[in-house]
Amino acid sequence: MKIEMNVNGAARVVEASPYRRLLDVLREDLRLTGTKEGCGEGECGACTVSLDGETVNSCLVAVAQCHGRTVKTVEGLAAQQGDKEILHAVQTALVRCGGAQCGICTPGIAMCAADIVERELLHDQDLQQARVMVRELLAGNICRCTGYQLIVDAVIEAASEVGLQRRERASRRTP
Amino acid sequence: MSEPLYARPTSVAEALELRAAHPDWMLLAGGTDLLVDSNHRKVPVGMLDLWRLAALGGIRQRDAAIEIGAGTTWLEIERHPLVRVGFLPLAEAAREIGARQIQARGTIGGNIGTSSPVGDSLPVLLALDAEIEVASVRGSRRVPYRDYCVGYRKTALAADELIIAVHLPTPVASTRMVWRKVGTRKAQSISKVMGAATMVLDGGTVVSARIGMGAVADRPIRLTAVEQAVVGLSLLQAAEAARAAVPAAIAPISDIRSTSDYRRAVAANLVARFFAV
Ligand SMILES: Cc1cc2nc3c(=O)[nH]c(=O)nc-3n(C[C@H](O)[C@H](O)[C@H](O)COP(=O)(O)OP(=O)(O)OC[C@H]3O[C@@H](n4cnc5c(N)ncnc54)[C@H](O)[C@@H]3O)c2cc1C
Ligand code: FES
Ligand code: FES
Repeated sequence: MKIEMNVNGAARVVEASPYRRLLDVLREDLRLTGTKEGCGEGECGACTVSLDGETVNSCLVAVAQCHGRTVKTVEGLAAQQGDKEILHAVQTALVRCGGAQCGICTPGIAMCAADIVERELLHDQDLQQARVMVRELLAGNICRCTGYQLIVDAVIEAASEVGLQRRERASRRTP
Repeated sequence: MSEPLYARPTSVAEALELRAAHPDWMLLAGGTDLLVDSNHRKVPVGMLDLWRLAALGGIRQRDAAIEIGAGTTWLEIERHPLVRVGFLPLAEAAREIGARQIQARGTIGGNIGTSSPVGDSLPVLLALDAEIEVASVRGSRRVPYRDYCVGYRKTALAADELIIAVHLPTPVASTRMVWRKVGTRKAQSISKVMGAATMVLDGGTVVSARIGMGAVADRPIRLTAVEQAVVGLSLLQAAEAARAAVPAAIAPISDIRSTSDYRRAVAANLVARFFAV
């Protein structure tokens, strides 16, 4: 069937069997190979994309379910400024902190991290609580390389950049 | 391989017509049960997609009950003030179902539809005495969840019916509600044992109790023998009575996750702790 969806800000039309996984249509038909397959069972999070603003496993979405909806993949995280690509705060933080090694989990982690940062889910948390929360929020993203510590560091850093640090300082000044 | 047919109804009436006309189609909501490993499974002849059907969404107060649309996701349930304030165990269960990506897609109707013995919301529905509203072109009816799951992943839903909503009666003010899941790790794990209880207390005495448990039998069950054993007791006595009565009230299996002896011991401790914490 003909499926129309908005992918990373652009209207896309694909001709695909409705039962195919969003994951496969993204990778094979739209050549957006940033989204990875780990397990195909909803366990690992490597295939995470945003569907209508919520992070979901694209291996568990039938592509027909996306008709008329909005999909964002890791390729859509960076902002385009002229012909320059400005990486998202979570992407630069992952690079800077060493939160990416082999890279298979990274697109999924970046999507979830961006969601955490943009929604300010760590707002009002102290550092220790924030670390616990990040681990809970990333529980659906399995990483075989980093041991998670550096990923958590990166998410906290990115969240700080987008506002947490400033609020934390303010709350320390008024005990 | 021919392509499956696909329909996305925009009203309940249309969904019911389609369901009646095509009982052999895959009935799909968030897909977190149905689409696991889907590329290695048999392609369905058709797909009836209920995902985001507006009429199946939303949480509303209805007199002395709240109504949760079958299509409501765990993320929506966990965030909703009516649930957080009046039905905390359901919010807690929602937060422990899979991880965030699963909670964004998995629906309460899907959990009930599958009615697996490890469905995390199901003991909560039992403890809260939930009623499931189902409908077909023939009309609608309500089934208490305790009569809904009739065997291992077997339900009372007819081939032409859809789950429309879950109705949770508001408990009396002195009701205490508890929920606990035991798994291999804190998040994204299938339950070894989980349960929920509501108890009406008078001072420190148990007036009545409802206990729902999962992963301790072929289906989610009420522990009625234990419920009866604790009536009239102080909380401390109730904990001991429950600990003694639980093992005979359940029939857990041994599988890759746990042995039946382990599940018996954990279930007894878990229910005892519901009373004395
Ligand atoms: C990685 C992973 C982790 C998970 N962890 C948990 C967990 O911790 N706890 C837990 O309980 N579950 C867990 N699940 C299972 C699943 O997420 C839940 O059961 C979820 O609630 C299913 O909802 P859904 O909308 O995705 O269902 P779907 O897969 O769309 O459907 C499930 C069943 O319900 C039927 N159905 C759906 N809606 C209706 C309706 N309105 N009327 C009639 N029938 C309907 C479908 O036909 C199907 O038989 C997990 C799944 C995965 C993949
Ligand atoms: S590939 Fe989708 S969760 Fe692992
Ligand atoms: S960096 Fe290799 S799996 Fe995470």
